[in-house]
Amino acid sequence: MNIIILGAGSVGASVAENLALESNDVTMIDTDSEKLHALQDRLDIRTIIGHASHPSVLEQAGAADADMLLAVTDSDEVNMVACQMAATLFNTPNKIARVRASAYLDRKELLQQEQALVDMFISPEQVVTDYIQKLLERPGSLQVLDFAGGKVQLVTVRAYYGGPLVGHELKTIREHMPDVDMRFAAIFRKGRPIIPKRETIIEVDDEVHFISAKENIGQVMRELRRADRPYRSIMIAGGGHIGTSLAHAIEGNLDVKIIDHDAKNAQRLSEELDNAIVLLGDAADKELLLEENIEDIDVFIAVTSDDEANILSSMLAKRLGAHKVMTLINNPAYANLVESDIIDVAISPQQVTISSLLARVRQGDVVVAHSLRRGAAEATEAIVHTDSKVVGKAIEKIKMPRGTSIGAIVRNDEVLIAHHDTVIQPNDHLILFLIDKSRIHEVEKLFQPAGKKFPLF
Amino acid sequence: MQPQVIQRVLGLLLMVFSLSMVPPAAVSLLYEDGTLFPFLLSMAITIASGFSIWYPVRRIKRELRIRDGFLVVVLFWVVLGISGALPFALGTLPQMSLMDALFESLSGLTTTGATVITGIDQLPESILYYRQQLQWLGGMGIIVLAVAILPMLGIGGMQLYRAETPGPIKDNKLTPRITQTAKALWYIYLGLTASCGIAYWLAGMTPFDALSHSFSTVAIGGFSTHDASLGWFNSPLIESIAIVFMLLSGINFSLHFVAFSRITLQPYRKDAELRTYLLILGASAGITTLFLIFSNTYEDVGESLRHGIFQAVSIGTTTGFTTTPHYLWPSFLPLLLLFTSFVGGCAGSTAGGMKVIRFLMLFHQGMREITRLIHPNAQIPVKIGNKPLPEKVISAVWGFFSLYVASFSIMLLLLMATGLDQVTAFSALAACMNNLGPGLGEVGAHYGGINDFAKGVLSFAMLVGRLEVFSILVLFSPAFWKK
Repeated sequence: MNIIILGAGSVGASVAENLALESNDVTMIDTDSEKLHALQDRLDIRTIIGHASHPSVLEQAGAADADMLLAVTDSDEVNMVACQMAATLFNTPNKIARVRASAYLDRKELLQQEQALVDMFISPEQVVTDYIQKLLERPGSLQVLDFAGGKVQLVTVRAYYGGPLVGHELKTIREHMPDVDMRFAAIFRKGRPIIPKRETIIEVDDEVHFISAKENIGQVMRELRRADRPYRSIMIAGGGHIGTSLAHAIEGNLDVKIIDHDAKNAQRLSEELDNAIVLLGDAADKELLLEENIEDIDVFIAVTSDDEANILSSMLAKRLGAHKVMTLINNPAYANLVESDIIDVAISPQQVTISSLLARVRQGDVVVAHSLRRGAAEATEAIVHTDSKVVGKAIEKIKMPRGTSIGAIVRNDEVLIAHHDTVIQPNDHLILFLIDKSRIHEVEKLFQPAGKKFPLF
Repeated sequence: MQPQVIQRVLGLLLMVFSLSMVPPAAVSLLYEDGTLFPFLLSMAITIASGFSIWYPVRRIKRELRIRDGFLVVVLFWVVLGISGALPFALGTLPQMSLMDALFESLSGLTTTGATVITGIDQLPESILYYRQQLQWLGGMGIIVLAVAILPMLGIGGMQLYRAETPGPIKDNKLTPRITQTAKALWYIYLGLTASCGIAYWLAGMTPFDALSHSFSTVAIGGFSTHDASLGWFNSPLIESIAIVFMLLSGINFSLHFVAFSRITLQPYRKDAELRTYLLILGASAGITTLFLIFSNTYEDVGESLRHGIFQAVSIGTTTGFTTTPHYLWPSFLPLLLLFTSFVGGCAGSTAGGMKVIRFLMLFHQGMREITRLIHPNAQIPVKIGNKPLPEKVISAVWGFFSLYVASFSIMLLLLMATGLDQVTAFSALAACMNNLGPGLGEVGAHYGGINDFAKGVLSFAMLVGRLEVFSILVLFSPAFWKK
């Protein structure tokens, strides 16, 4: 695919990296030549210095041949204008704009016109907020991903002592829960993938990915670890975009404390929020945390824009007795470092954002695509076409690329967990799990309508 | 530094480029000129050495880093220069010493076009063809070719590409992917070569000569299949065709790319470098012609015009074809032309020299300093074609210029220490470092008469010129080798 990315910020850069590695043709536009230079040193992309929304710059970037335009500069307005330019002047098919202001986001009709100038809004802050919210709804989970409009979920948990299934073969789960249908998608042990078989034994500390209908998730999780009680008290460090919208979203059901070190910002927060307690101070201030009974806090969530501050305050909070800590980490290099006993969940805003874009980039009819394990693995929901070569075959008869498994099938609003003898029908939605994302093209080929050709280059 | 990665890439490249011995071997079979064996032997040696370099590290799959890129490119040029010398050294005709063979091979690959061989007309066809092919491969860049055909280089391809491509600003990819960019460049190059060859053929050359000369014209090389170079044909038509294609090949290939892909002449019209390039060549052609007329070097004005324009373009673009012994002209002219070869062609072309864009930048920079003397507080960016240049690029150009001058001076002293007279040493070095070819004095016609050490220095100068100083000199800095 030929993709133009506007804005070489952290979202733009990581999207470019992901897309370029999947052999898409990426052109990036930014006004900052230093940033572009650094990017071009490590990625096989073309860079163009210039103002993102100017038609001449877009033309130079090849907007006329582009399959997708992704506007992720800092400014909502520039992003939208750029999409408009691409739509009216160059007829670019897919135009995605990053928009923060809810004043725009709330107007759904902007996207629904006949000749929409923007095809999709993404708001990374909103996406991250939703993501954290889902994690909070499932205590003990490391990742919760929705498929088929939320009917099916893929959940990642770490196996602990005390889970009835831990130390046993996978097939014993049928004896424990005869009426619950679920499927193990993959197990990662010390960072290495294991393709689950019936005889695989789950060990303590394994990272288990499983797929199940939404209502059964809790039951399965209890097999893998002691029942986590629901979260009640939450402390949020950082009152920026994410902190604010997260506090808004959860203050009705949970006890929320939110810390910000800027007096004006704290003042604004306290006016905007109804139930949450706004604290003025440094999230890495031991006295402040102790005063606020950090040892009784269920989840400490660090979401400032500063990675180092997030990591340090999370470590401190954990040391002082917070039960769980979740940390927002922008820098992928850090994310690999800190995944340890101290920080329970490291959230990479880029990965979360990319997930919402992947579906658009994928060929074949992909509805949802989620990036997992910092981009190494992927979970995808794809529609089976009438003329696809997998139609009418039982799952065990389909030659899947290595490390790929079919987790579930959604057929006419009904969730079927995939078994070896399940036969695939046209218009099924398949939920696939890929341990190795580099095989995505083989998978795409499998589900592509027969007539469609791949571009030559 | 990742020695194993470098070793793997180097071995692969050698194996691939051993295939370049196939066409000359075929030519040898076709003409039955009896030099088949040296080519087959050279190919076998190259494949075997490539394989033995690659085999022990074939499983290493890491990306090339910036430092590795420099080393791979320089090493590859050196190694390919050596392996390219094999057919010369192994054959019986021409009888050549090892140093001569190496000089000839590097002169071909770097598109310099300086030769140590006399009696070119009597050489076997396959050797003649092989010399032209060396120039053609080196013209667009062997690394660029490798990047185009070996997708496995990945992002490392960019590092290699940058270490080889001429010009001060190297981030302008034509297409999002480096392999596509390299392919696009080679398609343009192929297109130019084909049209040049057909034009020569229609103008009366034999197909063999047309192909051979199209190779060295579009590569801005200057090798010919005749001792008298293009003068052998004694045809104004052929000379005008050569002028057109030398001019075209000296233009930045990204301009050709944009012009072809959008079918418009707009990019040519807007480019400041191109304008300067044509201005310089036009001025030097004008001065040369006028001087020839007024010094009565030729009997009639037509001859002066014909030789004046041809030599000005041939030397100004650093091609080095000759139609007449220009080194015997009144001494002002040969020196003037030699100086234009320092400017050379445009960045991103196949031409040598320091490149027009750099001189343009230096000129603007100099003008800025003068303006500053008058308006001490003025903010004056250096602009090329209405676009301000980053200070980083300007200081890099100064660095380039000073290193060029410094390496020139040192090598000049070395050459004179071996006993060459000043005119010969200066012109030989300028002709080699600017990848021009013919010099003045003792090296006016060919380089056969100078000593071996001088040939060695000149071979090095050709590499320094082709890889634009930095890529080579970076290997001589201690910081490069530190862990």
